[in-house]
Amino acid sequence: MSIKTEKPLLQLNNLSAYFHDKRILKDVNFSVENSKVVSIMGPSGCGKTTLIRCVNRMHEMSPGGTAAGSILLDGEDLNQLNTITVRRKIGMVFQRPNPFPTMTIYENVIAGYLLNGIKIPKKLSLEIVEDSLSKAALWDEVKDSLNKKGTYLSGGQQQRLCIARALAMNPEILLLDEPTSALDPKATSRIEELVVQLKKNVTILMVTHNIAQAARVSDDTAFMYLGELVEYGSTKEMFTVPKDKRTEEYLTGKFG
Amino acid sequence: MDTVYLKRILEDEKAIRQRILKNNLSGVIITFISSLVVVPLVLILAYLLINGISSINFDFITQLPKPVGEAGGGIVNAIAGSAIIVFLALVLSVPPAVFGGIYLSEYPDSKLSALVRFSNEILQGTPSIVIGIFAWVLVVVPMGHFSAFSGSVALGIMLIPIVLKATEETLKRIPPELREAAASMGVPYHRVILKVVVPTGLKGIVNGILLGATRISGETAPLLFTAFGSPFMNLHAGKPMSSLPLVIYNYATSPYDEWHKLAWGASLLLILAVFGINMLARIFVSKQGGGTQ
Ligand SMILES: Nc1ncnc2c1ncn2[C@@H]1O[C@H](COP(=O)(O)OP(=O)(O)OP(=O)(O)O)[C@@H](O)[C@H]1O
Ligand SMILES: [Mg+2]
Repeated sequence: MSIKTEKPLLQLNNLSAYFHDKRILKDVNFSVENSKVVSIMGPSGCGKTTLIRCVNRMHEMSPGGTAAGSILLDGEDLNQLNTITVRRKIGMVFQRPNPFPTMTIYENVIAGYLLNGIKIPKKLSLEIVEDSLSKAALWDEVKDSLNKKGTYLSGGQQQRLCIARALAMNPEILLLDEPTSALDPKATSRIEELVVQLKKNVTILMVTHNIAQAARVSDDTAFMYLGELVEYGSTKEMFTVPKDKRTEEYLTGKFG
Repeated sequence: MDTVYLKRILEDEKAIRQRILKNNLSGVIITFISSLVVVPLVLILAYLLINGISSINFDFITQLPKPVGEAGGGIVNAIAGSAIIVFLALVLSVPPAVFGGIYLSEYPDSKLSALVRFSNEILQGTPSIVIGIFAWVLVVVPMGHFSAFSGSVALGIMLIPIVLKATEETLKRIPPELREAAASMGVPYHRVILKVVVPTGLKGIVNGILLGATRISGETAPLLFTAFGSPFMNLHAGKPMSSLPLVIYNYATSPYDEWHKLAWGASLLLILAVFGINMLARIFVSKQGGGTQ
């Protein structure tokens, strides 16, 4: 039930990224439609993390990190917005679960509000917590221990807590950087189910090394190699008939 | 490869027994040497208990000193004085020290950081008597008289390097992932520091402050020509004030036996206070579960 829009939700135009003088991304162009899951694949070091960190403008926080080109969200240039607005619209979940150790599970979910000093009525905050934890498929497991520290949860639960924390800000786009690489198969499949579920509400860009995972959850795939976008398109097509030789080699395990 | 030979040397019973013996022996030696560290502390405590316990009673902690020759009396003025002087020193020095520590951990490579770090190390190595003289020049001379406040300034200066270092070391160990998590939700930099970095490192910082407090609460030299001491009950920070280390110093160097006894009692009290603050620090640290991972 994707809403057909005239313009794509997210559009990358000639995006280049640098660490000091070293060019990491080379003129990357692609656009993402609303309510899609896009997986970003490619060998280690090809710039996947850098790419999604450009999308929420976290790249410029790293020492020496700069970017050129433009990224449009709903037709609006992210560089024209301030980073605070950008990051409230575009949420991020990191490779390693990173709940705030001083906060309870409850506080972790609404951390975006607490840390930004945004006051919300108790009733609303309860709703946000239940809604976000339910969307992140964690509510049933933690509803009786909301006042426990977030760091008491298992790795997989912590990662879902981090997803809930990002969802609580009601983002338009969710960036996931290898969200299951630190998890066991069971927790991984929960997160995969979750990604498919979430698609209704939010557009997802997910970095993954797991080809089967990309095939299971993503509509489209971006394949990157040495900082270039080699191929972009429907996951199903790319995985059955890759256009580029490098994509084919990667998918058949020749490198990666 | 000669696997038969390898197997023989790896499974040689005699060599294995020897290794086990060496292992056990080194365990014993390490345990013995580490327990040596405890010996001075135990001896000091025992000695203080033997000599000081008889002076400690209700009067000792509630009465003012009596003139020489009169029996009884206490050191309540010194107890109150120590508490006031140390508390005031904390109030004066903790804010700049904590902010300095935050600055060093946030901007480790700036020129100012290099300067702060260097000054801090020098300050840490400065003899306490020199710091006392400095506080005398800075506060006592302009004011025209001794005061508890000038003592607090001296102790506060001594406290700064301890708290600053503790803050810096604690904050440096906070995983960068936590800042990233906060930044990725649009939290501005100054709020990331105040709401994520500092609270996550709070127990380390508080621990540093408490340990610093125990360190300065026993200092005598910086108080000799600042707080100076007083035989009266004085709660006014602008006037000379007694403190535990000062009465210990004065009484112990006096020619009177009764006063020697009081000095022992005061020493025991001081070490009990240090012990108490240490316990407090431990309880605080264990209560605050979580913290840095
Ligand atoms: N902080 C940094 N400073 C300088 N260079 C960096 C930094 N972080 C990454 N790089 C370089 O940028 C390139 C892209 O890194 P990036 O982390 O985006 O790769 P990736 O595709 O996410 O790899 P992986 O699959 O291993 O996570 C690499 O060559 C890396 O060496
Ligand atoms: Mg990466």
